[in-house]
Amino acid sequence: NINPCVQIIIHLLSVISQNSAGQFFSSGHTNNWAVLVCTSRFWFNYRHVANTLSVYRSVKRLGIPDSHIVLMLADDMACNHRNPKPATVFSHKNMELNVYGDDVEVDYRGYEVTVENFLRVLTGRLPPSTPRSKRLLSDDRSNILIYLTGHGGNGFLKFQDSEEISNVELADAFEQMWQKRRYNELLFIIDTCQGASMYERFYSPNIMALASSQVGEDSLSHQPDLAIGVHLMDRYTFYMLEFLEDIHPASKTNMNDLFKVCPKSQCVSTPGHRTDLFLRDPGSVLITDFFGSVRKVELTMDAINLTDPINPVNGEEQKEVYSYADQLPVSEIIHQKPKQKDWHPPDGFILGLWTLILLVFFKTYGIKHLKHIF
Amino acid sequence: CVCACMSATVDAAADIQGTSAPETVVPSSVPQPKDDFQEELVIRPLHSGDIYASFQFRTLWDTDFMRENKVSHYRLFPKSLGQVISKFSVRELHISFTQGYWRTMQWGQPFIPSPPGAELWVWFQDSVTDVDATWKELTNVLSGIFCASLNFIDSTNTVQPSASFKPLGLGNVTDHSFLRYATLPREIVCTENLTPWKKLLPCGSKAGLAVLLKSEKLFHSSFHSQAVHIRSVCQDWQCKTTSWELRQTLNSVFDLHNSGQTKREWSLFKMFSRTLTEACPLASSSKLYIDITDNPQVTTSLLSQAVVLGDRRTFSVYDLTQETTFGTVRSLNLLIRWKSNEGEMLRPLLHAERYVAGYGLQTGEIHTLMYNNHPYRSFPVLLLDSVPWYLRLYIHTLSVTSKGKDNKPSYIHYEPSKDRVKPHLLEMLIQLPPNSVTEVTVQFERALLKWTEYPPDPNHGFYVGSSVISSLVPSTVAMHTNSTRERPLFSSFFPCKEESSYFVRIYTEPLLVNLPTPDFSMPYNVICLTCTVVAVGYGSLYNLLTRSFQIEEPNPGLAKRIANVIRRMRGVPPL
Repeated sequence: NINPCVQIIIHLLSVISQNSAGQFFSSGHTNNWAVLVCTSRFWFNYRHVANTLSVYRSVKRLGIPDSHIVLMLADDMACNHRNPKPATVFSHKNMELNVYGDDVEVDYRGYEVTVENFLRVLTGRLPPSTPRSKRLLSDDRSNILIYLTGHGGNGFLKFQDSEEISNVELADAFEQMWQKRRYNELLFIIDTCQGASMYERFYSPNIMALASSQVGEDSLSHQPDLAIGVHLMDRYTFYMLEFLEDIHPASKTNMNDLFKVCPKSQCVSTPGHRTDLFLRDPGSVLITDFFGSVRKVELTMDAINLTDPINPVNGEEQKEVYSYADQLPVSEIIHQKPKQKDWHPPDGFILGLWTLILLVFFKTYGIKHLKHIF
Repeated sequence: CVCACMSATVDAAADIQGTSAPETVVPSSVPQPKDDFQEELVIRPLHSGDIYASFQFRTLWDTDFMRENKVSHYRLFPKSLGQVISKFSVRELHISFTQGYWRTMQWGQPFIPSPPGAELWVWFQDSVTDVDATWKELTNVLSGIFCASLNFIDSTNTVQPSASFKPLGLGNVTDHSFLRYATLPREIVCTENLTPWKKLLPCGSKAGLAVLLKSEKLFHSSFHSQAVHIRSVCQDWQCKTTSWELRQTLNSVFDLHNSGQTKREWSLFKMFSRTLTEACPLASSSKLYIDITDNPQVTTSLLSQAVVLGDRRTFSVYDLTQETTFGTVRSLNLLIRWKSNEGEMLRPLLHAERYVAGYGLQTGEIHTLMYNNHPYRSFPVLLLDSVPWYLRLYIHTLSVTSKGKDNKPSYIHYEPSKDRVKPHLLEMLIQLPPNSVTEVTVQFERALLKWTEYPPDPNHGFYVGSSVISSLVPSTVAMHTNSTRERPLFSSFFPCKEESSYFVRIYTEPLLVNLPTPDFSMPYNVICLTCTVVAVGYGSLYNLLTRSFQIEEPNPGLAKRIANVIRRMRGVPPL
């Protein structure tokens, strides 16, 4: 028997909370970041660099600027001396599409791509002198796309043929990111052998993961190019690139379509995905939420007053005359080093020292030992 | 990488505001920063059929980065570099990225020399208190600007030369404790380094000579080098005021056979796959020079002469700021064709080589050869060697010989290395006798690194940076010592103090040395093998030591066994 006023209040409160819940569950991100990592070294792993660069190309095309992309390539394929067409990385045979392009900015390259640097980028624990382009400056309203490719196994991913990152480490890094409020939503894509093992251990909320193969399966490469001599791309990323080429910044395609990319008939391996940690329904998540970039633009019609600029002080006439330095002043160089005199202890010092030692000796043991000396 | 946003947009916005809201006052009495931008391209056909193209972009700016009020209005000078100069109190900065090695004997001397890989040398102002900390921060910031792994520069590959690398700009103080020099011979150059380099130019790669800089052609060359040089220069002949000069240089040598050609016929389109359409609107001068000294029967428009690298060369000049240069098609594509063997190439007077001798993975010997090809003049050279700590040099085996006889250097500076802290530094001033070969040899021993210090591909080897040889080479024509005379950029890089010689700096090859490397791919097999051997060996030894043999009675028959049981019950000893 509830008071009707209270009933109305309860009803109102539930409506309000439903609205705020609805607001809470729609995508509330304000900026997009991407961390794209290729972990393999050596020329025969050309396809991993091509994978990463094709995702980079799609992400740039859909609007994420270079300042929001951390691109890590473990080896240089474009200017490798074995590349018959320098400064290019192709994804299709017959050299149709150059994914390297003319405007690429690689943030971590060569030996810098290590497990430590990757985890430091994710968690933000970088030395203070690291430049901005090498940092992941995300906040709690950022949607981050993380793409890893390379050689992997059940529970690990190999970095540069010399170290590994395990799925437990990766899950813990994501948990650190969640606790430090470094992401709003995270999309994790991995294209390696047994890739599904890498997302098995995630436990932080708001993570959606895709992998190119299940545990026990190998991810296969797509096609070799006879002129370049190596396989150009992996199958999963090749079909994903084809899928992404149809996306434009205003398209409404959602994640369910991305899950259908590369079925077993094309990929030979079974791609997998994991959405249980993600709060929203994958059908309502747009591809451009992660691959594109949201820029909230605030229009203003007000005029802004510019302050008076600093008037440069006209320096008083310098009295001294400058001159260029002599590039090879031979005589100056020869006389630069004064001849170093060896330091000798003052005269008589050593003699005095020995006398002291002898005196102490004879004081302790008596004068009769003197005959042993002479 | 940092985008160098030009302040031209600020001017445009101010214009728009000026028309719509007249009450917004943009003061017009602001003295505009006096800056100037020049660009030029020099093309020199080489004797071997290759062609050498050298771009130089120079921005001069009359400002003071070191004063208290921060400079905030940038026009032609890139903001990212201006902030670097003021934040780190830089007096001079030279950074270069090179792919390939300059072959002096086939190509002659370059206009701007550079070693393979990345090289960075910086003079700091004398107001800097902790030079090493500032150096470390500077390398990190530059690695972000140029997208290169310059953060690998640390104390193990930084040296402080005591006599080489005098400042190329103005200044009266030359205390070498403010100089740092480092080189990364393994650093690769690719489009990701060219892109931010192009963004530093006022016109970017949209107009002027920079439209020719397309990476697919530039990196398909025998030699590619891009550099940034910042220094302060005299404004006028009195030299009482200074201005900052930023030079961006790009040198490329295109190979005749690599590009699939047979005839010595090159054009701008063949080299760069682009033609020129206009000069950069912000440039005060935009010129294209073709070196025709070796092929004087050219009958084109403007000719000019310049003294460069000790020689007087004739150039055919095209001024891109004139509309007539582009003709009716509004594009300029030059065709350069020359015959081979038109006389002997002038042999370079100074030339150097370096190699590692010896066998095995324990010891070796570094040989540096310097050739003086002048018939009767001798000149001094300053050799700078920086060897990493894992090659332990035995300096007592250092020997300098010319023409078979010992040649004692008049100045030697040696700083021994400290394991994992700093490298060896060896500087020597040697007088090269005329027409001779001087050989510098030193023996070394290879160190065994800790297993975490090996790079992921240790079997590739370890690089030793190029030696730097600075020298005053006698010139065949009188050099101009007046630094403010109007002359092309390529002849005014190194300041000239006397007329009879010119300064040149050459770099030797970097060395690739194999260190004793453990076999990283066999730990599992080794552990299995070792465990098996230990188990078999220890097991056998243990058995041998502790096993004793006992004689066992044969099994008695059933009757006897029952009788033994009864006897045991009775307490009587068994049968």
